[in-house]
Amino acid sequence: MIRTLPNSKAYSAAFNGFIILYFTFLFAPLIVTMVLAFNDSMFPSLPWKGFTLDWFFGEGPEKIGIFHDRSNLRSIAVSFRVAFAVSTLATIFGTLAAFLFEQENFRFKNFFYFLMIAPIVIPGVILGISILLFANTVGLFFENQLGMDIGILRPGFWLVVLGQFSFITTIVTLVIIARLRKFDRTLEEAAYNLGANRFEVIWHITLKYLRPSIIGGFAVAFLMSFENFNTTIFLVSSEATLPINLYLQVRDGSTPVINSISFLLILATSIIAVINLYVGRRKNKRAT
Amino acid sequence: MMISKLRTIRWSFFVFFIPVFLWLFLLIVLPQLELLRMSFLGTDYYGESGVTFDNYWAFFSEPIYWLTFVRTAVYSIFVTLIVLLIALPVAFYITKVASFKITGFLMVIILVPFWVSELIRVYGWMILLRESGVLNHFLTSIGILKVPVEMLYNDITMIMGLVYTTMLFMIVPLIGVMESMDDALIEAAHDLGAKKLTIWRTIIIPYSMPGIMSGSIIVFMLVLGSYLTPNLMGGKNSLWFTEQIYNQMIIYFNWNQGAAFGFMLLLLSSLIIWLALKLTKQDWRSVIK
Repeated sequence: MIRTLPNSKAYSAAFNGFIILYFTFLFAPLIVTMVLAFNDSMFPSLPWKGFTLDWFFGEGPEKIGIFHDRSNLRSIAVSFRVAFAVSTLATIFGTLAAFLFEQENFRFKNFFYFLMIAPIVIPGVILGISILLFANTVGLFFENQLGMDIGILRPGFWLVVLGQFSFITTIVTLVIIARLRKFDRTLEEAAYNLGANRFEVIWHITLKYLRPSIIGGFAVAFLMSFENFNTTIFLVSSEATLPINLYLQVRDGSTPVINSISFLLILATSIIAVINLYVGRRKNKRAT
Repeated sequence: MMISKLRTIRWSFFVFFIPVFLWLFLLIVLPQLELLRMSFLGTDYYGESGVTFDNYWAFFSEPIYWLTFVRTAVYSIFVTLIVLLIALPVAFYITKVASFKITGFLMVIILVPFWVSELIRVYGWMILLRESGVLNHFLTSIGILKVPVEMLYNDITMIMGLVYTTMLFMIVPLIGVMESMDDALIEAAHDLGAKKLTIWRTIIIPYSMPGIMSGSIIVFMLVLGSYLTPNLMGGKNSLWFTEQIYNQMIIYFNWNQGAAFGFMLLLLSSLIIWLALKLTKQDWRSVIK
């Protein structure tokens, strides 16, 4: 049954077989997508017509590779800007929230904690439409009552950032709380005894300790923002992010340039994920 | 000295509290209230806007709307159960069966697809399964199929896609709880002659309950709110409720109707989570930790 108990051969074989099947299921679509990025064909399908790098570097007119594909490159740039803004904001607010819920006591703390968790159980579609409606109402109010036109409240870059920020901050908060919980508060008391004030203590001691989780939270926020579709779709203007732009191409059919984009994204996210995991694990080991 | 220290502590409380309050109030609470308010507004035949129940009336009087709603709910529960059935043995294998040398590697490798965008994972399945897809090419070339078959755009494929895209959100919390389980519990049961099924039923599953619940809630929410997977893999027949919301908001530009649908979805998801927590007698605090 487990490592220490004797297992029948058939049981082990069946279990191993199941796991192999599972991993095949897990990776088959990703591997097929990556391999077909190098197929010398106009469609992302078999038969194999030979190896090519045209879907990366092709300059057209027949095959336009990703590095010459204006519309996709532009949407990648938009996604990077959105993800950077979202993860920066989410990391700052997430850190503040972690301190609030771990180190402060106040009335209705449970209620606020519940509110803080809520964004992850509200479907992204609903977050998207509710923020769209609210921004629209507030924008109309400012326009009619005060004659002010506030661009941030119309669908576009900042509304996308706000929409993604609203639930990604919860994830960052949970990541940082998990580490803050293991923090030994006698270290803070020692610093107080040596004459430090609250902010010096936070800056020199607590934040130093939290650094791996802050970096980890930032990375998680970045990836989540970069791939978000459900919330973004309602808040986006003509400046489409990558998932929105890709969705239209996937739905209507496209050349294997999508495969080459996927190849680069899978590669990049895997590298970030693996680095993040190993760094986190090493830091954790050192801390305990 | 003491007083000044107290004052700085209060001060720091507000530094933490105000940004968090603004976030939760402006981006979560007020928008949800606005969603509720908008769902009760509408324009009549003369173009006058006012309070109305028409948006909800439309939901209950048009079978296509509430049937899609019920279908989405039932399928979401079904997908969550399938995900649980697959994730339990996988998490158990990684934490308790695989040799220590490869557990670390397995944990890293199982997380990689989790980071890749849902769109790309769905796209991978599309090029595998469609009529001109890789699997059809394979099956026809080895002679199992005479002509290619369209494997996309049906319920089974859609369910498989939903299972695939959400599975890792079940496996991660399960690995979390199973890691902390003492092997001695299973060894003791085994020594006393318990069968495998008994061990699962009386030890492993009860022990993993917090992980099962948090995983199930996240998976259920993701499936219920999923748009890409039903839309791309289920095609026109997918009839997923998020698509109705999308149509009202973006295609018909009927925001009041969209708000009513959105609120129904929110109500449904809260209700099902609440029921699940009640039925399994779990406290939400222990589930979210």
